[in-house]
Order: sequence, then C-alpha cells, then structure tokens
Amino acid sequence: MREVSVIGVGITKFGELWDKSLRQLGLETGLAAIKDAGITSKDIDALYIGNMAAGSTLQQEHVSALMADYCGLAAQNIPATRVEAASASGGLAIRQAYMAIAGGFIDIAVVGGAEKMTDVSDSESSYTVSMGSDEQWESKAGATFASLHAMIAQSHMHEYGTTREEMSAVSEKNHYHASMNPMAQFPFAISTEAVSNSGMVSSPLRMLDCAPNSDGAAAIVLCATEKAKKYKKKAVKIIGSGQASDTLSLHHRKKLNQMPAIKIAAKRAFKSCGKKPSDLDLVEIHDNFTISEIIALEEIGIFKRGKAASRILKGDTKLGGKIPVNTSGGLKARGHAPGATGIAQIIELVQQLRGEAGERQVKGAKIGMAENHGGTAATAVVHILEGE
Amino acid sequence: MSVPRFWRELDTRYNLIGSYCKITKTYHYPRRSFNPEAGRESIDSMKDYQFKGTGEVVSSTVVHQAQTGYEMFGPYCIAIIKLDEGPKITTQIVDCEPEHVKPGMKVKSVFRKLGEDSESGILHYGTKFILNEPEEAINSNDEDISNIEV
Repeated sequence: MREVSVIGVGITKFGELWDKSLRQLGLETGLAAIKDAGITSKDIDALYIGNMAAGSTLQQEHVSALMADYCGLAAQNIPATRVEAASASGGLAIRQAYMAIAGGFIDIAVVGGAEKMTDVSDSESSYTVSMGSDEQWESKAGATFASLHAMIAQSHMHEYGTTREEMSAVSEKNHYHASMNPMAQFPFAISTEAVSNSGMVSSPLRMLDCAPNSDGAAAIVLCATEKAKKYKKKAVKIIGSGQASDTLSLHHRKKLNQMPAIKIAAKRAFKSCGKKPSDLDLVEIHDNFTISEIIALEEIGIFKRGKAASRILKGDTKLGGKIPVNTSGGLKARGHAPGATGIAQIIELVQQLRGEAGERQVKGAKIGMAENHGGTAATAVVHILEGE
Repeated sequence: MSVPRFWRELDTRYNLIGSYCKITKTYHYPRRSFNPEAGRESIDSMKDYQFKGTGEVVSSTVVHQAQTGYEMFGPYCIAIIKLDEGPKITTQIVDCEPEHVKPGMKVKSVFRKLGEDSESGILHYGTKFILNEPEEAINSNDEDISNIEV
C-alpha cells in the first residue's frame, strides 16, 4: 500500500448561496484546489464527488459526469464517480480516492463535495436530510431528523446526567471558533444562554443545538506521497482511514445514546497508523447536533463515556484547551452542506497542520482527526492526518 | 408515497405484522425474510407474527418543528418504544399531552390516520400508540379520526 497526501485544498463560504449553482460551486472549489496544489487538469487521473441530495433538491442525478463536464474534464474523458452516504458522502468520497491511490490504481485524484440545500424550502430540505434515516419506518412515522437526535440526547441525559448547559457549551464553543474562520456561515460568537433559550425544535434540542442546512462546496487534491514532493512543499499525509456502518434505524440499536459505527471507524483508523486518542492535537467532529459531538468524542475515546459533556463545558475542547475540537466552527457554525462537509473537515485539518489557520491556529499541531457520519451514524468515516 | 410502496406494507402497518425467527426464537419488526443474527439458515425459518401491540416507552421527544405531512399534529410526541416481544419501533404517541410521555410508561397500539398524499390523493393509515392509562381523550370530538384498537 502506498502513502497518500493532501496536496491542495479549495473551499467556498457555506450558507445561502442563492446566486450560485451546484456546478458553479464545484468548479470554483475544484479550480482553487488544483491551483493550491500547483497541478493542471492534465495531471488528474480521477474525480470523486461527494453529494447527498442533488436528486431530491435539484432533480439532478449523475452529478459525477456533470461535475467532470463543467470542470472542463470531459474532454479528457476522466473517470468520475459520485459517492453517497447521506452526510458522510464527502468523507466517504475521500476514502474511495484514498484507496484507489494507496492501491496503486491512480496517482492523483480530485475529491470534491458540493450541495445545494437552500434552493428548496426549509421543510423540503429538512425532509431531504431525514432521508439519511429510515424513510419508511422513521420519517413516515413522523420522526424528524432532529427528533431522532432529541431521543438520543434524552437517553444520554437520562443515563449520564448530561445537562442543558453542557450541550449549549458545544454550540457556544463552535461559534467562538467560527468567529475566527472567514469561510464560516455564522462567523460570530454566541452565549450558552442564547443556545439554552433558543426556540424549541424537538425537546430537549433547541434551534441553536442544530446545524443549518447549507449550500457549499469543498475540494481537495490527493496524491501518492512518493509523487507529492514534485508539486507541494507542505504536503499533509493521510496516515489513517476507517469506515463502519450500523443499523439504518436508530430504534434497531441496542443503546440509543451510543454511536458504535463511530467507535469502530475510529478504531480502524487508529489501527491503520498505530496511533491512539492521546496522540491527536485537534479533531473535527460531525456536530450535526450538539449531542452528536458529545457522543462522538466518547466513541473515539478522547473522553470516557459520560464524561465528554462536562469536559466541553470546562473548556477542554476550546482553542487553547487540552484538545481543540471543531476549530473550523464545526457543522453548527461553519455550516453543513452534506456532500461537502466531510471534505471541509479535512481542509480545516490541512490548514491547521500546514500552520496556515491564522487566528484559530492550534499551536504546534501535528496530528489531526476528522469524524464524518451519515444519518444517525449508520455510516461513519474517520481519517487521521499528519503534517510534516 | 406511491400507492404500491404503501400497499405492500399494509399488513405490517395496519396489523403490526412482523416476523418470528424459529432459530433464535426472536421477534422482528418490520417484517423481515432474513434474521441478521441467524444468517442464511433463517431464510426459511421466519414466519409472520402479529404483535400484541403493547410495550413501553424507551425515549421520547416533543416535536415542535413537524415532519412534512405531520404539520397538523404539532407539537406532537414521537417515541421509541419497546414492544413486549422485544423489538423497538419509532412511533407517534397520541391522545395525551405530549410532554407527559416519559421513559418506562406502558403504551398500547391504536389504528390511526397517518396522513394523505393530497386533498384528492390516497389516505395513509397505520399504527400509533396511546398511554395505557389514557388521559382525558383530546380528540374524542374529532370525527375524522378513527379510534379502532388493533
């Protein structure tokens, strides 16, 4: 197996990007990424696209060929593949490209994620997001995506005594980080009180516990490390990769307050590089809801089960704390454009590990992890990156 | 939802029909032709089973921002309940103040309207749950809502 490095990144601001189409977003980030890598389109062997919902929101499938065409790669008949695993589509697209390069099939791939969630009404985009759960036996029974996470939260509060204030601290921290990220959808700080007093969505989850449904795109260039030197001085290596699945429905899990797919994906990623949770300098977590960040940190093994929430409230996961989590602002404050989210996480790690994160730089960051999941964690993808 | 897509699950939705695996002696809902715990041996060992429709609340939430098609109910209670035979399902709990539903409460099934495709489209019916010790019936005056216990 060959080593794989990230040699270029490109990202749009996330948010309500009404003046931009899916193909335009894809093109902009793709061009930015190859420019950053110092390669030309002729160097690209394959294109991987993470996209969850173009069929539902834009009545457009076959997004792989669409992107290849509008990025000017149709003339060279580039192999283009779309990857879908709900909100884990982006992370999983990276893993497909990673495996193709590590396996020696190709040398350079561009992995792009793009999503348009605000071309449709709020209720349509919310229903689209809930398609990552069991449409027949959860959504059709009246369960929203937020309500499933509300039951996860309720179960976690019941068993571990997790409090309202602790959940609010997740959002407060992620907004604080986003205030230093010019590409964030909500680049401003909010107080824990504001989170605790925001409108009820599905008890106990309130509006500011929930990540937005955003438009946005992100792209990276992956290259076999042995060939990376030629292009980029500061390549960031992908040293670990893991993936796992679980029952699609939350109700088929043994415990509602655990997300075992995250634990297993993280374990596989750690095993592939011989690292452990204490080796990590920073982590990007899939905080689609505040409770998800708490549980993911427990599943990865950064904190013991039932202990993450109090440590977050204490400030241990804030910039300058023991282990900074979601320095990008996370899904909550950077924004959440499903197909692009997993790639945006990797871009944050790359910027941090290159030492180019500006105000929000984690000092001396060398190893970072990204955890990206789909549905109620029926798919989890975890990557570990190492800077030079 | 398309007519065939709803129609082929009618039994499961109307009558709480699931499956019993003769190998592991476990119950499954919705209906499965294969029990993941028993593997391929189970394929000919699954038989239909009608659940008693009794169980208890595992976790619940009051939904304020309703699911598409459920806007008329809001705020409403969604719960994961554990049926007495073992499997858990996601369901709406009706005929009570949604805030009153708590883990451990006993529930039983009722046959209710789930929604409709449009004003002229087909109506969807299915199973919801009520608390075993019902509060004062909230919907007793609403003639559109059937109240047949399964």
